[in-house]
Amino acid sequence: MGVVRLRKNFHQAKWDEPIIFEMSREGERGILVPSVDAEIERVAGDALSTIPENMRRKEKPNLPEVAQVRVLRHYLRLSQQTLGVDVNIDIGQGTCTMKYSPKINEMLVRSPKVTELHPYQPEETVQGALEIIYRLDHMLRALSGFSRFVFQPGGGSHALYTMASIIYKYHQVKGNDHKDEIITTLLSHPSDAATAKLKGFKVIDIPPDPETGLPDMEAFEAAVSERTAGMIICNPEDTEIFNPRIKEMTSLVHEVGGICAYDQANANGLLGYVRAIDLGFDLGFYNLHKTFSSPHGCGGPGLGAVGATKELESFLPVPVVDYDSSQDRYYLNYELPNTIGKVREFYGVFPVVQRAYSWLMSLGDEGVREVARIAILNNNYVMSRILKEVRGADISFPKTRYRVGQVRYSFKKLADETGVTVEDVIRRMTDFGFHLWTSHHPWIVPEPFTIEPTESYSKEDLDEYIEGLKTIAQEAYENPDKVKNAPYNGVIHRIEDMSFFEDPARWAPTWRVYLRKHRGEGVRK
Amino acid sequence: MEERSIEKIGHPYIPNSHPAVQKEMLKEIGVASIDELIDKVIPRELQYRGPLNLPKPLLSEYELRRHVEGILSKNRTCGDYLCFLGGGTWPHYVPAICDEIASRGEFLTAYAGEPYEDHGRWQALFEYESLMAELLDMDVVSVPIYSWGHAAGTSLRMASRITGRKEVLVVDTISPERRRIIENYLEPHVKIRWLKHDPSSGFVDLEDLKNKISEKIAAVYFENPSYLGFIEPQGKEISDIAHEKGSLVVVGVDPSSLGILEPPSHYGADIVCGELQPLGNHMNFGGGLAGFVATRDEEKFVKEIPYRIFGIAHTVVPGEYGFGDVAFERTSFMVRETPGESKEFVGTATALWGIVAGVYLALMGPRGMRELGETIVKRVRYAIHKLSQLPGVKVPKFNAPHFKEFVVDFNSTGMKVKEINEKLLKKGIIGGIDLSKNFPELGEAALYCVTEIHTREDIDRLYESLAEILEVS
Repeated sequence: MGVVRLRKNFHQAKWDEPIIFEMSREGERGILVPSVDAEIERVAGDALSTIPENMRRKEKPNLPEVAQVRVLRHYLRLSQQTLGVDVNIDIGQGTCTMKYSPKINEMLVRSPKVTELHPYQPEETVQGALEIIYRLDHMLRALSGFSRFVFQPGGGSHALYTMASIIYKYHQVKGNDHKDEIITTLLSHPSDAATAKLKGFKVIDIPPDPETGLPDMEAFEAAVSERTAGMIICNPEDTEIFNPRIKEMTSLVHEVGGICAYDQANANGLLGYVRAIDLGFDLGFYNLHKTFSSPHGCGGPGLGAVGATKELESFLPVPVVDYDSSQDRYYLNYELPNTIGKVREFYGVFPVVQRAYSWLMSLGDEGVREVARIAILNNNYVMSRILKEVRGADISFPKTRYRVGQVRYSFKKLADETGVTVEDVIRRMTDFGFHLWTSHHPWIVPEPFTIEPTESYSKEDLDEYIEGLKTIAQEAYENPDKVKNAPYNGVIHRIEDMSFFEDPARWAPTWRVYLRKHRGEGVRK
Repeated sequence: MEERSIEKIGHPYIPNSHPAVQKEMLKEIGVASIDELIDKVIPRELQYRGPLNLPKPLLSEYELRRHVEGILSKNRTCGDYLCFLGGGTWPHYVPAICDEIASRGEFLTAYAGEPYEDHGRWQALFEYESLMAELLDMDVVSVPIYSWGHAAGTSLRMASRITGRKEVLVVDTISPERRRIIENYLEPHVKIRWLKHDPSSGFVDLEDLKNKISEKIAAVYFENPSYLGFIEPQGKEISDIAHEKGSLVVVGVDPSSLGILEPPSHYGADIVCGELQPLGNHMNFGGGLAGFVATRDEEKFVKEIPYRIFGIAHTVVPGEYGFGDVAFERTSFMVRETPGESKEFVGTATALWGIVAGVYLALMGPRGMRELGETIVKRVRYAIHKLSQLPGVKVPKFNAPHFKEFVVDFNSTGMKVKEINEKLLKKGIIGGIDLSKNFPELGEAALYCVTEIHTREDIDRLYESLAEILEVS
């Protein structure tokens, strides 16, 4: 048995670090650019004079002047004031699959064989990169049953946009002008709705059944019509209740000629056990930066790999990577007749593709399933303990007892009984070195919080996190102000006035604006 | 029950992949086995239990490393070759500090944390916004998005929402990749009309602009420097023509030029977008992209930015800074689908590369950016000088000032760019981008890129190699 101990003496690094502009000292240099050879100097002469006067920058940009070691120290300090997966038990950022990103995979993407590749190099010089893309495509085909994957989209939302674009183009090609509606569910990610809207569709949000938490089937059946262009949904949704009627839903949409697109952001607990194709989906994406272990990078670079059935393959963005066995050669194929074009320049975030490939290579069939098994085990263990031991915490839609890989909980009872809100708890969690998150909007579940333990944490890690929640909930009942005024041991204290971010006269999206609005200084030094 | 050999071994990435701990946890849950639990959460009839046929796993780190390095060894890099490719991803020097910060585990593995426990992340991104604001001389910069192409699409959709107009004018010299992105992104709400360029200088054809501008046009979009490398000097004229009709001006810009070139805000741009890869991010086979969007601090502009904007505020402790989302309500995180027009969407994009771009600008400072621009322009001038001595080669194709790229016209050499590039490759050089497919009117022409990493010897070697190739033909 490992030791479980709440870090009551925790204190996050607190450097009281100035803004980089406040560190500026005239004359300091961070780095020098390569000097110009005498012969170039001679030939080029006053090269700037080749630029028309009206296009020459008159004053240098007002960037700070900071010596190298000071820049390094500044950013290292900022990094220490950030809680990544590498330094905390990051199970409180539900829906985001905060799993371990293996360091060997990181080391491998830092090779010049990756970083120093230009996308337009001749194909024969990038065979290794193309091979990795090709191999990962085939591995994702095996997991999903789809016929082809592309890697251009830079995140889950971008992948949703790509799928909405394919649905749009598909109906355009078919001449289905009447198909102008997309069905999604209120508990699917906000981007499922937002990206469909971007492609000009009317969006129908199916609410959850208040009892089961699953999409209201009556409302869904009523929503499906000849106007239905497609359905874009999560399954499980963020409540992580797997929808047993999902095949009925895809069938209904197919009956009216619609396309079914699968938001697989919550795929971690399903890996190897559920294939999109078996549920009736035509399109789907995997988040390589979540489910497939590529790190989240403070919000990217990510990658939403989009897969399609044989029927829709020709609509994918170009190029795709193919293999010519007669010449033993990988190549870029731009010849997809119905392609939506491009959603990003080139072929996607290659380092993310490579990390996902390495990760799958370290698992194989059994390992991939082990990921899902332990994600489910960890999640249900945490849920069982929270419901028994954390005062004031409830689960959403309690009728469904077991969940896949995460749970949306509620602190409504805690808030009602103590006045301490979930936002207060979140700030107090900081004092023990933890991070906790609410849910996407709208908050269908009141005072929500979402915990996704993934497969990356030990029982002792999970126990420590639960101990934190228990302690804070108890505090809320005994000394609510203690929780409300948190944090105490974090980097900073409570932000004084949140209206600072909403009022155009006061908001300060950049330092120069802050100086002008709040210090009465002009734009320039 | 199936035999699970992995649980006998114990997987290093999965702490609970051993039976003893599983037993304890199952007891707490009240089920007999993980399989039973799976059946409780996923209906059996929807489960897939057949073989996945993934490759045999390489369980030890050493085996995995050997395997991946084996595949990567088939790559030849822009260090192995002398490379003159640009066109959207460019070979620039990446300072060691940029790599150091990009590989910090805290930044690398954080995600969407709150302003409290992730204070450092919020500050780093706020500083990125603030540093870019200075480079662009514009007040508002958002957290970065996927790429320049996407940022351009957003800028044009923003202009459409701000003006209530449904058409945009886009100059036809933009990157072919960006063209395809923007076309898909604006469909079906905003119609693109293409604006001609002057065939001799490459500049926007002002007559064509005057003919096409109208009160229907939401925005005019051009790039500076252009995809084809020349500097567009008519920014002010273009802006005046557009503004006169109430249209907005959107300019795409390569930020590595802004130490020496006027930022677009100085010649009338209302919204500026571009690419952060040149600012300390590796090429990564084209995966190093990150787009930015900037505009003025006016509510009607800010409210149309679909991305997150981190702002600064005060905490309850005097002198302490805190951060938060500026006008969060405008994003799709808050409003799933807007009742009126689509306000686009926000999600995971390229935050880490924004942080790196901030580090880069902090290192370079005002003098560094100025010197970067100068050194590039000098090298380009030298390259143009050398290459124009080649028989039958016209360089630059466009009679215009250039920044870091220029078109080399091989039409009079009797050789195709494809052929020339194949011969260059044999000499260890990757020649410029073949423009014959995307700009057929240029015939056999190539886009060459020269940056601060190209030495005189490199340029001389290119010249000598081309001389041999062209003479032999």
